[in-house]
Formats: sequence, structure tokens, C-alpha cells
Amino acid sequence: MRPELELISEWIRPRTRVLDLGCGDGALLAYLRAHRQVGGYGLEIDTDNIVKCIRAGIDVIHADLEAGLADFGDSSFDYVIMTQTLQAVRHTEALLDEMLRVGRQGIVTFPNFGFWRCRAQIALQGFMPVVKTLPYQWYDTPNVHLFTIRDFEELCRRKRIDILQRTVLDHAHRPRLGPRLWPNLLGEIALYRLGRA
Amino acid sequence: MPHTFPPDSVGLVTPQTAHFAEPLALDCGRSLAAYEMVYETYGTPNADRSNAVLICHALSGDHHVAGYHEGTDPGKPGWWDNCIGPGKPIDTREFFVVCCNNLGGCKGSTGPTAINSDTRKPYGPDFPIVTVKDWVRSQARLADRLGIQQWAAVIGGSLGGMQAMQWTITFPERVRHSLVIAAAPRLSAQNIAFNEVARQAILSDPDFHHGHYYEFGVVPRRGLMIARMLGHITYLSDEGMRAKFGREMREGTPNFHFNFDTEFQVESYLRHQGHAFVDRFDANTYLLITKTLDYFDPAADFDQDLSAAFHRTRARFLVISFTSDWRFAPARSQEIVRALVRSGREVSYAEIPSEYGHDAFLMPIPLYHETLRCYLARVAQEVNAHAA
Repeated sequence: MRPELELISEWIRPRTRVLDLGCGDGALLAYLRAHRQVGGYGLEIDTDNIVKCIRAGIDVIHADLEAGLADFGDSSFDYVIMTQTLQAVRHTEALLDEMLRVGRQGIVTFPNFGFWRCRAQIALQGFMPVVKTLPYQWYDTPNVHLFTIRDFEELCRRKRIDILQRTVLDHAHRPRLGPRLWPNLLGEIALYRLGRA
Repeated sequence: MPHTFPPDSVGLVTPQTAHFAEPLALDCGRSLAAYEMVYETYGTPNADRSNAVLICHALSGDHHVAGYHEGTDPGKPGWWDNCIGPGKPIDTREFFVVCCNNLGGCKGSTGPTAINSDTRKPYGPDFPIVTVKDWVRSQARLADRLGIQQWAAVIGGSLGGMQAMQWTITFPERVRHSLVIAAAPRLSAQNIAFNEVARQAILSDPDFHHGHYYEFGVVPRRGLMIARMLGHITYLSDEGMRAKFGREMREGTPNFHFNFDTEFQVESYLRHQGHAFVDRFDANTYLLITKTLDYFDPAADFDQDLSAAFHRTRARFLVISFTSDWRFAPARSQEIVRALVRSGREVSYAEIPSEYGHDAFLMPIPLYHETLRCYLARVAQEVNAHAA
């Protein structure tokens, strides 16, 4: 997780305001607060995670992302961040719209279903893929939308969302040459910085 | 008789009384020429008293929030004893905890049962209706008296949470943290309606005598009892009552009597709660505090914009609600959180799963207490860092 925090951190201007959707134990916000002096909140639905955030001194708000971000005003944050969460929400498209309404920019990360091992497991073995970045069996996965880098970029194009920056990583969050050359085949995790004119 | 108290108890405590001779102007336009406030403290103040924490009580609470009074039932500690003490979420090894009986109360602070020096009779119904803002101003005078410039935290549940909120608005510089638990930014029509039924129960009791019942040597027992029974229903949840009582019959009542005896356990419970309350609470105070609740509306001073009310505040907030609370439901706490977010305040919000209804804020629910413990541990760190 740490390299992903560092990569996201590089994209964030110091002393800005951040909203972290599905902030978990608050690790990203704690990192950004320490390294980028950001303010803002995490939204989280799991009560144990909320306690962890409070213990870490992170401002966390109990919220269900599926209900949207109606409590937050337009452009009230510099960045709205969603790490490893987009594939686990039902209203993907609506949430992307909400991110870019509330934030001037959005940052998302997700596991790439187009990774060659995923393709191989379906094509050659006939099983739903189980890989390091998608470690769940089909019957117990929290993920409800599985998609590839190409799928995501196609959605952005259709929704007129600008891709401002992209980094594609391997499962250990390293920006290797392979994922850079053939992202949708060799990339396991994708990071995007998004905007909308 | 030697007392032995649990190791995490603040032990034997003695209430203290502060006398105030300087008149206190009230929101209603009247003023109290002189008044007394009864309070308790636990823990030890640090050099600059920056570790002081104020606990605000709700409708039927008082200053005796933790520990034991001399000669009282050892099974009956203060009303929030499960949360306050050495090693408890509000840790008296870290904090100097203060709780006072609010003005208008009936546990020692000046209120309807006190003698009005002008008439030499109890104030009764002539005691002015005080507001949450009046309370906060009177608590600030107590803080002055105790040498407390700024509270490390102001903490309260229900009506106490409203005071914790009002403190940050009235005295932004004097509160570092505000813990607003099971509260609402103002009462709903339904909340006011319940209060009105409770008031009518008291007002229509023949023993009420327009509030001058002290002179007649009676108390409006029936009215106050019904008011409390009604209130109690709103403090519990449907699921909680089902789990606790279901349709269980009282012992020795195997069959219906086909009359109006107490047959169901829940009836017995409510009657017991009502009876017990009448012996320890004053009807005029009950009437007064239900009005205090009805009048609370910090947004009203800011063009109905609650977030504008929070603009001046400097505190950091922890807001907590409970899933089965329908008196001040989670949606009401979310209104507070939304307003705080909109005005850019620092706030955390936790919704605690519980079937205890509104009463949950008094219960030692592990996740709830852990939330308080973690938050207050940060507050203590902050206090110690500043003091060092």
C-alpha cells in the first residue's frame, strides 16, 4: 500500500483540501497530512475502521457512498480520492460524477481486470480469476463491477472526463517497464488523476 | 462503615456549591439577581487547568455524574459512571472533570424549588424559563470561578449535546473539543408534540395548583409520572422493548384479568419508572426543561443557516448517533455534521449500532466507548503537549 500512497501524494499539491471516499483506517489521509499538510475528511462505512481513523486523529465521517455526496457542496474540495473502491460500488457512474462535482479533481485507483493472468485464467482454465490484486472467490467478493483499463478510459471518453495523469503498476505497486508499455495487459493496478472542464 | 469502590471508580464524591451575586441576564428578558450552582469535580486539574472537561447533563440528569455519595446505595453511582473514572473513556487520570446541575434544575442549583428572596417562598412557576444559551453562560461563570479559561472538551448526550454545541457558538475560544452525542440541531414538530403531551399531563393534574403545589403540601404525582412514562417510551426503541419485555406477563399473571391491572411486564416497568421519578424530580423543573428543549435552535440566530452558526466556532467536533434512536435519530446528527462540513469545521461522525434507542448514550456499548476513548486519548495528548 505504501508505494501507492507515495504516488498519490506526488499528485497532490500541499495545503489543499481532500475528501477520501472509503478511507479505511485513514492511512492515506494520515500520510497526506504528514507529507502534504492537507486538510479534509475521510468517508467510511465500517465502524471498526472509523474507530481506527479516530485513534489516528483523522476526521472521519460515517457515510454510505452509495447514497451519494449530497452533504458536500460543488467544488468544495481540491481532490476527491477513491482508492481500490470504484470496483466495489454499485453506482459507479453516478459516483464518478459526484467525485468531479465535489472535487476540482478526482483520483481513482482500481485493479485491472485486463491483466494477462486474469485473461489466462478465464480463457485457459475457465475459472473466474483470482489474482493478487483481486484475491476473492466469485462467491465472496466485495467487488460488483470488474473492469479493465480500456473499459475505464472508454467510460471517461464517453462521459467527457479528462484523464490528467495515469500510472499503471504491478501488484507490488511498482511502476515497471512492462505495465508502462502494455498497461492493459501487464498492469495490475491503475491510478488516474481526473478532471472535468 | 468502610467503603470499597471498584478500582475504576472516582469513589466517594461530595457536591460543592458556588454562589453568584452578580445578576445573570436571561434570554427571556428577565434576570436572576443571585443564584447558586451545585457541581462536582473528579480528577486533578493541571497547572493551567487546560485539562478541564465539562459534562453537560440532559433532561433528568444532574451534577452527580460519577462516583458515590456518602450514605447512598452502593449500587447507585452517578448517572454516567460507566464512562467516567480512572481508565474509563473519560479518564480522570488525564482530565479534571466538572459537571454542574443546570439552572432551573431541582438538585441544588437555583430553580423552581429554591426560595425566591423577594417573596421568601419557592419560585415555583415564577422561575424564569432558561434557555440552553443561558445555561452555557452560567456554566462559563462557573468555569471562571474554577479558573478554567478553556475546556479541553465539552461533552454531552441529548440535551447535553445541545449545550456542547452551543458552547462552541457562544464561546468559540473557550472550547477545544465538542462531543455532541445523540443530539439534534433543534427539536422536530414530533419532539415538541411529545413534550407538550408531557406538559399537559402535569398541568392538568389537580395537585398542580398552577405550579404552587409546594404551598399545598402536595406534588402533582400523577401528571409527572405520566410525563415520565411517556418520555421513557421515546427513550427506548421498538426492537429494544420487544427484546426486553416482548408481550411477557408479570409474574403471577398467567391469564388476562380483563380489567386495567398491570398485566404486561412493560406496563409494570413504565409504572415503576414513573413512580421512582416522582420521588426524585420536580414537576416545575420538568416543565421548564421541556421548554428549554423546545426553544433550542442555534440556526435561528443565523437566518436559519446552521452552518453559518458554526462559522465562528473554533472547536473540533465528534458527533455520535445511535441506529435505533428515533427521538434524535441519526439523520438529526447528520444535519449537524453537514452544517459543520459546510462551514469547513473539523468533525468526525460515528453512527453506533445499538438497539437501546435514545438511552444508548448512557450505555457502556463497547464500540461507543471505544470511540470516545480513542478520541479523548488524542485530546489528552494534545493537552499534555501544550502543557509541556
